[in-house]
Amino acid sequence: MTENAARAVQVEKLGLKTRVGNRGDTAFRGVVTLLACGILALVALMVIKMADGSMPAIQRFGLGFLWGTTWDPVAQEFGALPFIFGTVVSSSIALLVGGPIGLGAAIYLSELAPDWLRNPVSFLVELLAAIPSVVYGLWGVFVMAPWLRSALEPLLSRSLGFLPLFQGPSYGIGMLAGGLILAIMILPTITAVSRDVMRAVPRTQREGMLALGATPWEVIWGAVMPYARSGILGSVILGLGRALGETMAVTMVIGNRPDISASLFAPSYTMASVIANEFSEATYNLYLSALIEIGLALFGVTLLLNALARLLVWRTARMPAGGG
Amino acid sequence: MSERGLTVTRTSHLRRRAINGVMLGLTLASTGLAIAFLFSVLGWVLVQGGSALNLDFFTQLPKPVGEPGGGMGNAILGTLILLALASLIGIPIGLGAGIYLAEYGGGRLGTAIRFLTDVLTGVPSITIGIFAYTMVVLPMRGFSTLAGGFALAIIMIPTVTRATEEMMKLVSGSLREASLALGIPQWKTVLRVVVPTAMGGIVTGAMLAVARVAGETAPLLFTAFGNRFWSTALDRPIAALPLQVFTYALSPYDDWRAQAWAGAFVLVALVLAINVVARFFARGIRSQ
Repeated sequence: MTENAARAVQVEKLGLKTRVGNRGDTAFRGVVTLLACGILALVALMVIKMADGSMPAIQRFGLGFLWGTTWDPVAQEFGALPFIFGTVVSSSIALLVGGPIGLGAAIYLSELAPDWLRNPVSFLVELLAAIPSVVYGLWGVFVMAPWLRSALEPLLSRSLGFLPLFQGPSYGIGMLAGGLILAIMILPTITAVSRDVMRAVPRTQREGMLALGATPWEVIWGAVMPYARSGILGSVILGLGRALGETMAVTMVIGNRPDISASLFAPSYTMASVIANEFSEATYNLYLSALIEIGLALFGVTLLLNALARLLVWRTARMPAGGG
Repeated sequence: MSERGLTVTRTSHLRRRAINGVMLGLTLASTGLAIAFLFSVLGWVLVQGGSALNLDFFTQLPKPVGEPGGGMGNAILGTLILLALASLIGIPIGLGAGIYLAEYGGGRLGTAIRFLTDVLTGVPSITIGIFAYTMVVLPMRGFSTLAGGFALAIIMIPTVTRATEEMMKLVSGSLREASLALGIPQWKTVLRVVVPTAMGGIVTGAMLAVARVAGETAPLLFTAFGNRFWSTALDRPIAALPLQVFTYALSPYDDWRAQAWAGAFVLVALVLAINVVARFFARGIRSQ
């Protein structure tokens, strides 16, 4: 784009444009600049509108909103901690399970897959991102949750039951179900971005390692991963951002109960879920405002995470071919 | 080399080979697992949804509880209307912003907009629903098609913007220069030469954006809201397929659950069809 702009400046300097062209150019540039600034305005307006909407709750509860544990609309008492807890724990499960799998698939697709297999398999993995959230929810409720209840959760409580994490009755529906469905949903993000970042690692890095007699895994671990480190971190943060804000699938499988429990089998509730479930039923202003404040918190956190992730991914893409 | 040294080298060599084998196996297993998830979801939707699908599903209204039959005709129509409305708002803005970024986006403003566009892609759709609620539902004093379309349009904008920019940058400079050399002003060069050349890719981007919002549920919960009857009015609540799937999936009635699977089938078919056609367009432009 800089080239085009520079070229346009050159043309202008040479005085090669007719007057009509100039006027048209000015108008055209004005229109597209306005549309582009619309995006700036949109983001600014989102911040303003949501801050404005959550004002009553912020004034009433202050920072205590974030660690209050009671959510009782009837008593007009609102504390967001159970939802923050649910969001943080379910997203952590998603990263712990989905991160390694997503990264493993990215390594396979970038470094190991034969050429004829690479594109079709990449396409299939990315197709995971195209499936609507509500369809994951449906699959989670009728396929994954029964399997958790009858197979995985009994197994976990038999083998690791001494940990409080895996105690208590298993319903299938609960924190673990929410985390696992998120793990599947962030897979394509982590895989696609990490794969692209690894593909950008220069050949010479790999060849250097190979020439020293390294095994293929040592090449990946010693040359590719360190070089692509910040981009891979970026992809994981992008996945985290998606997990934090993901709504429908989690709402359908997490149980929607605002409790803080040590057990992963117990039902929980997330920030996005409580907005989805209660927003259109919020009967008075303070209630609505409390929900908007949760939305604002979610918005702020995902905005920061995305900004950070983009910077990391950009940095890797811009790294010089020689250094690391 | 001493005998002991040789043994150490040999065992460490074996160890390295073993680690190599295990780790490469794990990456293969990860890939297999990801594909297995895809096939499991698609398989269930295909089997459960396919068996619940019939002509009534596309033409009938939902029946009250207890009455068998009925369909989601109104929700399918509603989703199509919402998508059309979202495209009408989102594509022109995204296209214009993309042209700006490609043509004039070299400066600080361009960098800022590019960055915010990327960041906007990651904003949770539920918060965009809240935004649409405060912007459209509150002033209009009610849930409406317009509010739903507005929310979906915002989700589409960043995708269309970045696709337009990327595709315009792929157009070769000589084509642009040839046009400018003929004395054609820049705006005409962009609209008559650059954009048409990049059109295949731009259409692909726009279609992928439509596919992305077709299945969105969260931003519609308190904007479009849902409707049990036929409606095409812009200022009234409207039914949408994902909303209907959500409601029916959590219902205690077997009949409704079957319909939820059928709805999921139609939704997935719609999204995948748009994806495949979009990729077909993309291939078209590359072979040109």
